[in-house]
Amino acid sequence: MRSWEWARPVRPVRREVLSAVPELEEGRPPLLFVPGFGHGAWAYAENWLGHVAARGFGGYAVSLRGHGASEPAPEATLRAYAHDVVQVAASLPRRAVLVGHGAGALVVAHAMARYPARAAVLVAPVFGGWATFGTALRRNPLGTLPAVFGAGLRLNRRQLFSGELPDADARRYTGRLGRAARRAQWQLLTGADPEPAVGDPPVLVLGSPDDRVVPAAALTRAARRYGSAPLLFPGMGHDLMLDARWREPIDAILDWLVKDPARDDLG
Amino acid sequence: MPTSTEPGRPDPETTTLARGHDGRPVSDRGDTVCVIGAGASGLTAVKNLAEHGFGVDCYERETGVGGAWNWRHDRSPVYASTHLISSRPFTQFPDFPMPDHWPDYPHHSQLLSYFERYADHFDLRRHIWFGTEVVRVEPVGDDRWDVTTRSTGGYGPERTSRYAAVVIANGHNWSPKLPRYEGLEQFRGEVMHAASYKDSAQLRGKRVLVVGAGNTGCDIAVEAAQQASRCWHSTRRGYWYAPKYVFGRPADQVNDLLLALRVPLRVRQWLYHRTLRLTVGDLTRFGLPKPDHRVYETHPIANSLLVYHVGHGAITPVPDIERFHPHSVELTDGRHVDPELVVFATGYLPRFEFLDGKLLGDDEGVGRPRLWLNALVPDHPTLAVTGLLQPDSGIFTLAHWQAVLFARLLRLRVSRPERAAAFAARVRAGAGERYSGQVKDSTRHWFEVGHADYLRALERALRELESK
Ligand SMILES: Cc1cc2nc3c(=O)[nH]c(=O)nc-3n(C[C@H](O)[C@H](O)[C@H](O)COP(=O)(O)OP(=O)(O)OC[C@H]3O[C@@H](n4cnc5c(N)ncnc54)[C@H](O)[C@@H]3O)c2cc1C
Ligand SMILES: NC(=O)c1ccc[n+]([C@@H]2O[C@H](COP(=O)([O-])OP(=O)(O)OC[C@H]3O[C@@H](n4cnc5c(N)ncnc54)[C@H](OP(=O)(O)O)[C@@H]3O)[C@@H](O)[C@H]2O)c1
Repeated sequence: MRSWEWARPVRPVRREVLSAVPELEEGRPPLLFVPGFGHGAWAYAENWLGHVAARGFGGYAVSLRGHGASEPAPEATLRAYAHDVVQVAASLPRRAVLVGHGAGALVVAHAMARYPARAAVLVAPVFGGWATFGTALRRNPLGTLPAVFGAGLRLNRRQLFSGELPDADARRYTGRLGRAARRAQWQLLTGADPEPAVGDPPVLVLGSPDDRVVPAAALTRAARRYGSAPLLFPGMGHDLMLDARWREPIDAILDWLVKDPARDDLG
Repeated sequence: MPTSTEPGRPDPETTTLARGHDGRPVSDRGDTVCVIGAGASGLTAVKNLAEHGFGVDCYERETGVGGAWNWRHDRSPVYASTHLISSRPFTQFPDFPMPDHWPDYPHHSQLLSYFERYADHFDLRRHIWFGTEVVRVEPVGDDRWDVTTRSTGGYGPERTSRYAAVVIANGHNWSPKLPRYEGLEQFRGEVMHAASYKDSAQLRGKRVLVVGAGNTGCDIAVEAAQQASRCWHSTRRGYWYAPKYVFGRPADQVNDLLLALRVPLRVRQWLYHRTLRLTVGDLTRFGLPKPDHRVYETHPIANSLLVYHVGHGAITPVPDIERFHPHSVELTDGRHVDPELVVFATGYLPRFEFLDGKLLGDDEGVGRPRLWLNALVPDHPTLAVTGLLQPDSGIFTLAHWQAVLFARLLRLRVSRPERAAAFAARVRAGAGERYSGQVKDSTRHWFEVGHADYLRALERALRELESK
C-alpha cells in the first residue's frame, strides 16, 4: 500500500503545457513530451511539437514544476515531477505515449509505474547513478561538481549540441536553461530504481553515440532494461530535439509508433 | 436491440451457437469476460481486464457510465448536494488521478465527469452495451457462465451468451433498506427512503424527521436544518461525527499519516477522542447520545456541519422510533413528535437478483456473500464480485486492485493452470475473512473494511499469485 501517497499527497501546482494538435483528429494517440532537468516545455516547442502535429499526432509538452513557466518548486522531488507528468497525461483525451528526454526519461519511468502509458520513448535517458555523474564530471567539472552541494547542475553547449547547430541558436538555448530542485538532483544520483511499469507498454530507447552526457553504454543499459536495443543517431548532441538534425529522431519515433508490430491497436 | 443513447458497442457477432440448459440458443463468446455494470467498479474491471489482454463485454442497464454517481439514473442514491466524504487521494483510481485543481472533496457532478473521462481515456465504451440489463447468470460447467440479458425495462427478447468468466459490479447502494414499525401504514404524513431524496426543495418549509446517521442521514439532516421548518434527527446510538478537516488538512489524510507511521489503533482512537474533545467537546450537552463504541468501530461519518447545526438548535437530536401513530411518531423515550415528512436514511442492502445466492455462499439470500477479499468466490474461480466493500476511504482504488487481482488470476489459469488451482484452495480457506478492526454489529458493517488492512491483504494475494 502506498501509504505516503495517501497521507502526504504531492502539492498541487500550476503547470505549463504547450501543445500542437493536428487539424484533423485521426484517432492517433497523443504524445506527451517530458523535458530533462533544466529544460522546459519550450525545448520541444522549438521543433518537435509542430512536426508531430503535422504528421497527425497530438503533441503536448509539460514543464516540470520549477521549470519553464510552471510554478516554482524548490522543494520538488522526483515523485513530484512524476506526479506532474501523470496529471497531464490523465488530462489528455486518450491514453498517451510518454516521451522523456535526459533525466525526464527517469521521470517518465517513474510515471509509468503510476499511469498505464500507451507506449514510452526514452530519449538520451539519464537514469542517474554515480557512473553518469562521473561522465558529467569528466566532461564538465565546473558545471557538475557544485551540483553535489546543492547548486544547479550546469550543462555547457558542447555537451548538449553538435557543432552543426548554428552558434546563435546554441547560445539562445543554453540561455534558457534553468535548474532542477536540489532534492530531485540528489535523487538522480542516489534515488531508488523506478517501480515496474503498469499496463505493459512497449518502450523505445534512442540517443546518440556522440552524446557527451549519456555514454553509449548507458543507452544500451537503459534499452536492455526494457528488453530492446537503442536506436542510434550518430553525430548529434545530448539535446536531440534542439540539435541541427532534430527531424531524424522524431521521425523515427513516429514511425515506430505507427509500425511497431506489438502495437497493432495504435491506428 | 439495446436502446443506446451512447455510442456503445454494436450487437455481438453471434459466434458458434451452443444450446443452453433449456435448449435456448446461446452465442459462445469464447474467452471473453462479462462485466455486469458500468459504475466505477465495472469500469475499472473492464479497463484492467482489457489491459491484461482479455476480450470484455460489459452490460449496463442505464444509458451512461458512472453508476451511482450519475444522479439522473433512476437508482442513483446521490442527491444534488452530495460531495465526497473521502478526499481526492483516497478516492481516485491509482493510475488515473483526479485533476490537481479540483477541491479536496469534489462534487458528485465532478465524479461523474471523472468516470466519463476515464471511460474515454481508456476507450472503454466500445466494450459496453448500454440499456441492457443482466437478468440471469448461470454456471454451465467447465467454469463457464451463461449470461442472459434483455433491454432495460423488459422490452425485447432475451439473449444468452456464454462467457469464460463473470465480474459482478452491480453496486450495493441502490436497494433501500427499510425498517418496519408498528403503525407505519396508518401514518398520515409523507414517508420516503433517502434513495428518492434528490433535492433540498423536497424539505422546504416542512417539519422533517430524518432517521439514521450514516453519511446520508447526516447530510439530509444538515439540509433540513437550513430548509425545513423543523428538523428532528433520530439515531439508535451515539456516533463520532468527524470533521472534514483537522490540523489544517483533510482528516482522512491526517489519519493515514498515523497509519503510515504504524501508530497502533488504541493510540489513534485516543488521539481522535482527544481532538474531538478539544474542538467540539462533549456532544451529550446538546442531547446527543454518548457513543456506545470507540471511534473507528462504526463506518466513519465525515460531516463538519451536523454538530454546527445542532449547536444552532436547528437540528433536534432524538432517539430511536418506538412506533408510528396517524399524526405523530412515538420515540423510545416516550416523547411524541409530529413530522409532516419522514426520511429513512437507513442505508441500502446488496442484492444479486440475477444469480442464485448459493453460488456466492449467500445461502439465505440476504445479500451477504461469503467471499475472500470480498471479491473471490470459493469453488467458482471464474466468478468475482467487485466494489462490494464499505471502506473507511474511497472505494475506487480498492475496486481497481480487485480487478487487477482477478485479471491476473484468469491469466494464470491459462498460463499455469496448476498454480491457479493451488490458488483456489487459498480462496476457499480465506472465505469470510474480515479486514477491519472490531466493528459494531449492524447490517451495514459485515462488509466494512479498513482500507489499509484491506489493501495490504490484497497486495499479499497479488504477490502470492505471482510468486508461487
Ligand atoms: C450518497 C452517497 C455518497 C457516496 N460517497 C462516496 C464517497 O465519497 N466515496 C466513495 O468511495 N464511495 C461513496 N459512496 C459509495 C458508492 O456506492 C460508490 O462510490 C460507488 O458508486 C460504487 O460503485 P459501483 O460501480 O460498485 O456501484 P454503482 O455505482 O452502483 O454501479 C453499479 C452499476 O451497475 C449497473 N447494474 C446493476 N445491476 C445491473 C444489472 N442486473 N444489469 C446491468 N447493469 C446493472 C447499475 O445500473 C450501475 O450503473 C457513496 C454512496 C452514496 C449513496
Ligand atoms: N460522500 C458522501 O457524502 C456520502 C453521503 C452519503 C452516503 N455515503 C456512503 O454511502 C454508503 C451508504 O450510506 P448511508 O448513510 O445511506 O447508509 P448507512 O451507512 O448504512 O447508514 C444507515 C444509518 O441508519 C441506521 N439504521 C439502519 N437501520 C436502522 C433501523 N432499522 N432503525 C434505525 N436506524 C437504522 C444505521 O444505524 P447503525 O449505526 O445502528 O447501523 C445508520 O446510522 C456509505 O458507504 C456512506 O459512506 C457517502
